[in-house]
Amino acid sequence: MTWLNEKERRIAGFAAIAFGVVALLPLVDQGYYLSISVNIVMYVVLCTAWTLFSGPTHYISLATAAFFGIGTYTVALGIDTVPFPLLLVIAALASGLLACVVGIATLRLSGIYFVIFTLGLAELVRQVVTWLQTNFSSSLGLYVFTDFGEQHIYWMLLGLAAIVYITGWLINRSRLGFAMQIIGNDETVAKHVGIDTARAKVILFIISGAFIGIVGAILAPRFSYVQPPSAFNPMISFQVVIMALLGGTKRIWGPLLGVIPFTILFDQVTAYFPNHTSFVIGIAFMAIVYLLPQGVLGRLEDLVRLRKRFRMVSAEEGNNP
Amino acid sequence: MSAAILSLDHATKAFGGLIAVNDLSFSLQDGELLGLIGPNGSGKTTVLNLISGALKPTSGSISLGGTEIAGQPAHKIARLGIARTFQLVRILPSLTAEQNVVAGGVFGHVRSWGVEAHDRARLLLERVGLSGRGDSPTSSMTYIDQKRLELARALAANPKVLLLDEWLAGLNPSELKIGIDLIRELRNDGISIIMVEHVMDAIRSLCDRCVVMSSGLKIADGDVHGVLADPEVIRAYLGDDHA
Repeated sequence: MTWLNEKERRIAGFAAIAFGVVALLPLVDQGYYLSISVNIVMYVVLCTAWTLFSGPTHYISLATAAFFGIGTYTVALGIDTVPFPLLLVIAALASGLLACVVGIATLRLSGIYFVIFTLGLAELVRQVVTWLQTNFSSSLGLYVFTDFGEQHIYWMLLGLAAIVYITGWLINRSRLGFAMQIIGNDETVAKHVGIDTARAKVILFIISGAFIGIVGAILAPRFSYVQPPSAFNPMISFQVVIMALLGGTKRIWGPLLGVIPFTILFDQVTAYFPNHTSFVIGIAFMAIVYLLPQGVLGRLEDLVRLRKRFRMVSAEEGNNP
Repeated sequence: MSAAILSLDHATKAFGGLIAVNDLSFSLQDGELLGLIGPNGSGKTTVLNLISGALKPTSGSISLGGTEIAGQPAHKIARLGIARTFQLVRILPSLTAEQNVVAGGVFGHVRSWGVEAHDRARLLLERVGLSGRGDSPTSSMTYIDQKRLELARALAANPKVLLLDEWLAGLNPSELKIGIDLIRELRNDGISIIMVEHVMDAIRSLCDRCVVMSSGLKIADGDVHGVLADPEVIRAYLGDDHA
């Protein structure tokens, strides 16, 4: 078996070029476009990492803010004493550990209970951190001073995005990925063909949570002053879900199709209607659920299928004049 | 045919006050095809669920080749070599036929993967009468083809014990004949099988032995013709007037 087939090599080549081109952006612009691109890449990583777990399992996790905040706080607490790359590793381990504990405790819950639990979890972690700070520290926030500029954060996020995509691709062709596909189809069958469904789900939740933690860590220098409400902002959890669903969660590159339009739209909304962002998000969420239940990705696949059918029909007509 | 490969010893399953399986003991010999029959609601499917791990017995023991499996999770039991089909056929709709079969062999005690797994899957598809259908989407398959597919998936695990839950139900007469021939071939290959079935013709022509259940209790166990003539069994199916 060859490692990569012809098609995969072409996709890999195309992706590498695309990453290369996108990485040049800070050389062209250091202002608005770089800033919004940081947001886009951040949400690309968050949504793709979220989809790694929630795509195949259909479990809607609202714990993104918890993992993100743990990453941010890891950096805020250690920036003066620990080298930054090591902090990224610690952030991954810490949020992975939280995902592991939460996963073991809750992945037996189904559907709505899991959603509620993860929402509560993010809030709980935020309250605990606030309590610790008010009781054991003199200030409510932490300063993060680094030499990192916007462009460094951008490049780190791009690198992380590449790692997330490669990880997702590797998972998809592994036994774990196949197991997740079966679980997504029919969990009863999955158990009866020998899949430890709880373990598979926990492993994926850990991988997903660890990546989200790293994003939080990379973003910490951008905050400068880290406080619980900004690090554990529940809006992050909701936006990730909306963007991932808008893009489509059936393929690993699906969320990308949702993040780019939504981030740009959201940026415009906050610029022109700063007091109505929640309102717009709510409308957007309902519109997605009603109009694009399979996301942009699903619509694209429908179009491709239609075109194929159309071609087949016209070919047949050509054969029978 | 000597040692018991699977044995149930005083297995009981209660759902609250309802005792679905009541103190049931029987064993399956190596290479045997055992029919598990009884009127609707007598607890047959519950027995298969206890063996395959979908349900945990309330009490009693179930052992596979000397290993206690009662109460183990389904995936562990599957890995020990018990495969099953479901009363209401369960295929994996988003996968192709071939992937459906591969799924049966990747995580069990065979653990085949990659090219080897796909080669095996194609052989099994051929065996159940679906040769060349590996790439077809499962949603467009007829009912019997879906049942065949599910059987191929169970066989991909190379099971020591195969549990068939009304695998022949809902087939038309010509399909039924094909189905019976297929199960006979499996038995001739030496797979130990328990089949829950309502189709008496199939039981008569296929089974070495029969266990009959009624309201959770075992009411007969033995050679098929003897068991079906047993007044107790006739009473369970047809009522007192016919016994």
